[in-house]
Amino acid sequence: MIKINRRNLLKISAASAALGTATKPVFSSAIDELVIAYNVNLPSWDPTVGLSSVNPTIQGIYQSVFDLFIAQNTDLSFGPGLITDWGWNDDKSQIHMTVRDGVSWHDGSPFTAEDVVWSLERAGNPDSGNPIQFVWGTIGNYSIDGNHITADVLRYDPTIFKWMSFLTGYVMPKAYYEKVGAEGFEAAPIGTGPYMVDKFERNAFVRLKANANYWGGKPEFENVTIKFVTDASSRVAEIESGNSHVTLEMPYEEYDRLRGKSGISGTAAPVSDIGMIFLNDIDVMLDPNVRMAAAHAINKPLIIERLMSGYGVAIDTLQTPDYSAYDPSISVAYNPEKSVELLAASGYSTDNPVKFKIQTTKGFKPKDYEVIQAIVGLWRKVGIEAEIEVYEIAKHYELRATDTLAPAAFYNWGNSVGDPTTSTGFAMFGPSPHSVWDGEDLINMIGPLWGESDEAKRIEGWKAVDRHIAENALVIPLLQYIQPILHSSGVNVVPHASGALLPHLMTRG
Amino acid sequence: MPILKRLFIRILSIAVTLIGVSIIVFVVIRVVPGNPISMMLPPGASDDDILRLKTLYGFDKSIIEQFFIWISGVLSGDFGTSISLRQPVLSLVLGRLPATLELSLLALLIACILGGTLSLLGTRLRETKIEGIIDGINGIAMSIPDFLWGLIFILLFGVMWPIFHISGRISPFLDIDYSTQFYLMESILRFDLKVFTDLLAHMLMPAVALSIPLAAIISQLLKQSLKETMHLDYVTLSRTKGYSENHVILKEALPNAVLPTLTLVGVQFTFLIGGTVIIERLFSYEGLGNMAIDAVINRDLPLIQGIVILFALIFTVVNLLVDLTYTLLNPKLRDG
Repeated sequence: MIKINRRNLLKISAASAALGTATKPVFSSAIDELVIAYNVNLPSWDPTVGLSSVNPTIQGIYQSVFDLFIAQNTDLSFGPGLITDWGWNDDKSQIHMTVRDGVSWHDGSPFTAEDVVWSLERAGNPDSGNPIQFVWGTIGNYSIDGNHITADVLRYDPTIFKWMSFLTGYVMPKAYYEKVGAEGFEAAPIGTGPYMVDKFERNAFVRLKANANYWGGKPEFENVTIKFVTDASSRVAEIESGNSHVTLEMPYEEYDRLRGKSGISGTAAPVSDIGMIFLNDIDVMLDPNVRMAAAHAINKPLIIERLMSGYGVAIDTLQTPDYSAYDPSISVAYNPEKSVELLAASGYSTDNPVKFKIQTTKGFKPKDYEVIQAIVGLWRKVGIEAEIEVYEIAKHYELRATDTLAPAAFYNWGNSVGDPTTSTGFAMFGPSPHSVWDGEDLINMIGPLWGESDEAKRIEGWKAVDRHIAENALVIPLLQYIQPILHSSGVNVVPHASGALLPHLMTRG
Repeated sequence: MPILKRLFIRILSIAVTLIGVSIIVFVVIRVVPGNPISMMLPPGASDDDILRLKTLYGFDKSIIEQFFIWISGVLSGDFGTSISLRQPVLSLVLGRLPATLELSLLALLIACILGGTLSLLGTRLRETKIEGIIDGINGIAMSIPDFLWGLIFILLFGVMWPIFHISGRISPFLDIDYSTQFYLMESILRFDLKVFTDLLAHMLMPAVALSIPLAAIISQLLKQSLKETMHLDYVTLSRTKGYSENHVILKEALPNAVLPTLTLVGVQFTFLIGGTVIIERLFSYEGLGNMAIDAVINRDLPLIQGIVILFALIFTVVNLLVDLTYTLLNPKLRDG
């Protein structure tokens, strides 16, 4: 038994002090190793299969290690990546791609056109587990001639090249993957990206080492540690204490509190995620007066200002200003008087309100529940009595896939390629498992656009669809999100409109 | 009843409990809304695509068929493959178990030391102002939940005086090549001070946060038990023999008073392990609890099943060990 005397107390005190100093985080002005507190875990290293491959929030980590077929610039435009040139032939029966020269995999082996073809064929194989197989399966019969690849168009999809910058659009190492297998790849993944995986502890961190041979130039930070800190308050503590240099997705109030603090800067830029209310064509939502009254009764700028500290952009279609089919002339004005008139036309008033349920997540997106609470409050003033039901995001997916959402349901939609098919298209086309609006008129409008080969006509067609949706209030778009990023003043962070936090774009401040 | 027979019956009851838990968890997570297939549906998925995904993950069969496929796999040591992590469930949960066990045991140790010390102090200084202060401390400690203690510690020792690490189990820059995942224990055995201090700097805040409510319970119960024992004849006898008060408390009263506390500690330890779910999340600690939350968010059914079964196994085994220890320490039970 240890006797408590002065000498032992001194020993214990010294040991405690040593523990404190030995483990105290390093607060140095010169950043040797960039530490990022990331908001989600990385479940799997294969960016082309399984649940994680379609999770938009982890694409930033994937893009640090792997390259997309076609690169995407920070403003969502496309640029040469591993594929430097691409396009269709005149009759759109074939596609062609040119593969970049002089690129190496992280193990030093050369990257070739065979890797591209193998990756595309694997992605298009229904047994591969690639959730986007339905897109990759639209091209096939590849042939390689040096750096040039051609393939037959099996089913024309005007967005195929955009998907090459989107979910599961990554080039994988054929020879290495075939050698080590799926399990070996999980244990030691390699790509052609700006960073190589140095060390990975699942649910804890990934340590990345700069790829000195990266075709886009060696990143500024030699070592980057991405810590998976899923709790928002812990991420705030990470940046405030100096344990991490960069973090993202914290409450806007915390962002405002910390961004002016000594040594901490903030970056807040719009991203491609939007908040919206799905309207299901059931019950009272079959009445256009009710739908339009609900849409006109929402004061979006006020909600953004009061609830989200101004960090949002009000939208009236499912397109944000960065998307290719954005049409600023389509607007749904805040007009509560009009809402009252519309409801009166259907026999509703504040004394006899129309009643329906609205579902929402709580804490899945910033202020999601509070936004819906505010909307319900605004609706009440015009004669709409909505009952709020909180659900988990997993339940939302299931209800949406089975077309059993409540008459109104809040959701956030991501569309980092900015094409109208991947926003309005999939969200509003009746046969899509993501749409709950089954109206024939809309199906007939959208149907021909899937295979429209004239790009200008296609985009105009989608704008007409958006106008029809807005005029009939078939969905209620709310806002485009702004992503808050806090970082040490010693780091320059370049935001990406897709929302991906990319360490290779970061430089010393 | 002979101790071996008691042991056999308890092990049998553990098996029955685990089978019951297996059935309940298997059915419940399939009945509640939200399934992994609808979460990974691509935007343009057709009915064929949905069916293909369901077939790929075995959700195209009835729940009963799925259960028998799963349970037959479990009996042969195959708990299935995680949908989100795409790795065998058994290796995933066993890989995380050491981190959670080390955190829980460290918390238990701290709780016993804190609770024991407070109760002994309270007994030694009973009927003085100090006892009132100790009771007050216990009341505060019990009324604040562990996650709130965690947040307080993060603010105090992570942000204001950054002594400890806020997240993780070990610093990424430390290269360790240990033969087990029991890093803390192995670092002690290897006399690896650098790793040991780094681990402690990560684990102390979550462990103390977990331990405080349990420490308060231990302190209260043990103090009460000690106070009752202090009035017994044999304690009075030892006092009349001239033994010091410290000797009377530690050598005479404590061995008898500790038995009820031991049972309680066993039960509370299982709650403490349950508490790791939130605490691990808060501190981004790479244990089973943190993994469990991700599994639920992703509706990773095989992984949820594996984690729940493992938690159930831990709970039942801990209870068994407590019962056995109690039996061994209590002569009335030991001798039948």
